[in-house]
Amino acid sequence: MEQTADQPAAQPWHIEVRDLAMAYGDRVVLSGINFTVKRGEIFIIMGGSGSGKSTLLRHMVGLIEPATGEVLYNGVSFTRADPGEREAMLRRFGILYQGGALWSSMTLAENVGLPLAQFTRLRPDEIREVVSLKLAMVGLKGFEDFYPSELSGGMRKRGGLARAIALDPEVLFFDEPSSGLDPLSARLLDDLILELRASLGATVVVVSHDLASIFAIGDGSLFLDAESGTAIAQGNPRALLEQCEDPRVHRFLTRGQEAASQARNV
Amino acid sequence: MSMQASASKAARNEIRFDYRPDSTLMIELTGSWRLGNELPAPREIERQLESDGRPRCVAFDATNLRTWDTSLVAFVARVVASCAERGIEIDRNGLPEGLKHLLKLAENEPAHAVSESGSGDRRVVYRVGKAAIEFAQSSLGLFNFTGLVVIAFARLLSGRARMRLSDLIVQVQGCSAQALGILSLISFLVGTILAFMGAVQLQQFGAAIYVADLVGIGIARDMGAMMTAIIMAGRTGAAYAAELGSMKVSDEVDALATMGISPVEFLVLPRVLALVMMMPLLCLYADFIGMLGGAAVAAGVLHISFVSYFTRTAAAVTLTTLVGGLFKATVYGVLVAIAGCWRGFEAQAGSSAVGEVTTAAVVDAIIWVVTACGLFAVVFNLLHL
Ligand SMILES: Nc1ncnc2c1ncn2[C@@H]1O[C@H](COP(=O)(O)OP(=O)(O)OP(=O)(O)O)[C@@H](O)[C@H]1O
Ligand SMILES: [Mg+2]
Repeated sequence: MEQTADQPAAQPWHIEVRDLAMAYGDRVVLSGINFTVKRGEIFIIMGGSGSGKSTLLRHMVGLIEPATGEVLYNGVSFTRADPGEREAMLRRFGILYQGGALWSSMTLAENVGLPLAQFTRLRPDEIREVVSLKLAMVGLKGFEDFYPSELSGGMRKRGGLARAIALDPEVLFFDEPSSGLDPLSARLLDDLILELRASLGATVVVVSHDLASIFAIGDGSLFLDAESGTAIAQGNPRALLEQCEDPRVHRFLTRGQEAASQARNV
Repeated sequence: MSMQASASKAARNEIRFDYRPDSTLMIELTGSWRLGNELPAPREIERQLESDGRPRCVAFDATNLRTWDTSLVAFVARVVASCAERGIEIDRNGLPEGLKHLLKLAENEPAHAVSESGSGDRRVVYRVGKAAIEFAQSSLGLFNFTGLVVIAFARLLSGRARMRLSDLIVQVQGCSAQALGILSLISFLVGTILAFMGAVQLQQFGAAIYVADLVGIGIARDMGAMMTAIIMAGRTGAAYAAELGSMKVSDEVDALATMGISPVEFLVLPRVLALVMMMPLLCLYADFIGMLGGAAVAAGVLHISFVSYFTRTAAAVTLTTLVGGLFKATVYGVLVAIAGCWRGFEAQAGSSAVGEVTTAAVVDAIIWVVTACGLFAVVFNLLHL
């Protein structure tokens, strides 16, 4: 186990999800989920509303324990790891929550600086410098001393991103990064994700139902379906659009345009 | 066979029932249907549907309808539902085009309905069982949470907990100086109330000076700690639940957890510690102010001087009594803080959640404090304290 962690290149998959089943109480939401994500890949989790995308993401970062199955990073099981190991793995994650989830009692600089203060040996003035750098990367230079309540929704999201990349994570998770943003900001965020992947070499997992962004940044993807309670397709989103036979996937990826035009013709 | 919903004013909505020979009930909709107006009583419609010549089909006539809004949609939807229950056919052709569309939208099945979403069995046995299971689960959650707090405290003692001193200071501020105003008022009043209650009885025996004993022991032993605890439950416990609840709802707690920072260590520990540290001090202060209240009554009503009152008090209230009260206050502090933090973490997404958990935190805290007070009374009695 130690060896695989030391030589990540030997492991073909960065993230591996094995036979995962998820339930809230007695109600099984998803089951039989299997997929792998290569290092440096941008992986999209898509599906209709209520299909369990956020639930899957919460399982991957350990906020909920799976009913069965496990999640592995670099070939090491995250699900079975003991608390100490798990904390070490968590430190290599960066997570952007849907609303940003900045800590409301702290300024933007304190938000981004907290992980640095907790997990590094940097001195306060060095932390301040790193924080400014990270905020500049997401276009929030000069907002260091603003509280989250004084920022707009889009700025909070970018602030959350700055916090997520504070410790130069290996894996970035995004829950609906473009929801609530205007089309242009959403586009800029996509570019930012691509740049971060290139500069940090991070693997990125994105929950999204923004088609433009799915096609623009997705390398691989997983399509969840609420009715069957499992994944019904996976692969490159553009390839899925061209080749996937399943009408549900096709309808989603074409925004139901065919169905609509059929309806008009009738 | 016609009925009018109200005095015939053109601006009001009106319905008229009209039986056609082919056993069709024609509902004629006239006037203007606005949300501000009263809707026809549902019973009226049901009576029509169940009348002797039970209609086979219901149709609408809207030729004289002037304006309409959601109120008409709601009315028609209700008629449709009543008819469906009784297996009566509905003819929608007479309805305005737009209304037909709205009705269809409202009748759309959800994409995939969840079967067991609450509205199932409402029988008493079911509800009692459900409540019992929920109570058991919530008690389990509470034990779990208390365990986490104990572990976090142990980690703090061994220097491994991630808690910031600045957070502790902020919390101490919130539950010390800022609480003094209301604490003074309440303790003073409780002191005077106790004194009045005692004075009425003791004066009859010419033992007025013993008011000092009664107030002193009563306050130092129980009332001081209990009043402080109840005030802090309303002030600080509620604030804890509201703060942590809103953090939980906006994913801020999860954001801490997924960063490898334990929310219990980072958020709960400073709050519990602050209250536990401050409660004895607040209680001591409340004791003093309460006795001052007693002295004021003694001076004003019983003409006992401050000096003799406090000499008497000093003789009556032993150090054991006083320290016992402060010990109780500390325990109440733990209870109030745990109730606030635990309820806060229980908040589920939704805007009403924070309000609900805040109320629950205060209620829990007061119940626990009063229960603990009763237990202490028994135990202290057994120990002859
Ligand atoms: N805390 C919870 N307790 C119980 N059931 C839940 C909870 N959270 C989500 N669910 C259920 O799990 C299913 C999947 O929810 P989830 O939030 O993962 O959907 P989603 O794909 O993220 O949807 P959206 O695109 O709308 O965010 C839903 O049917 C929902 O009712
Ligand atoms: Mg979601």
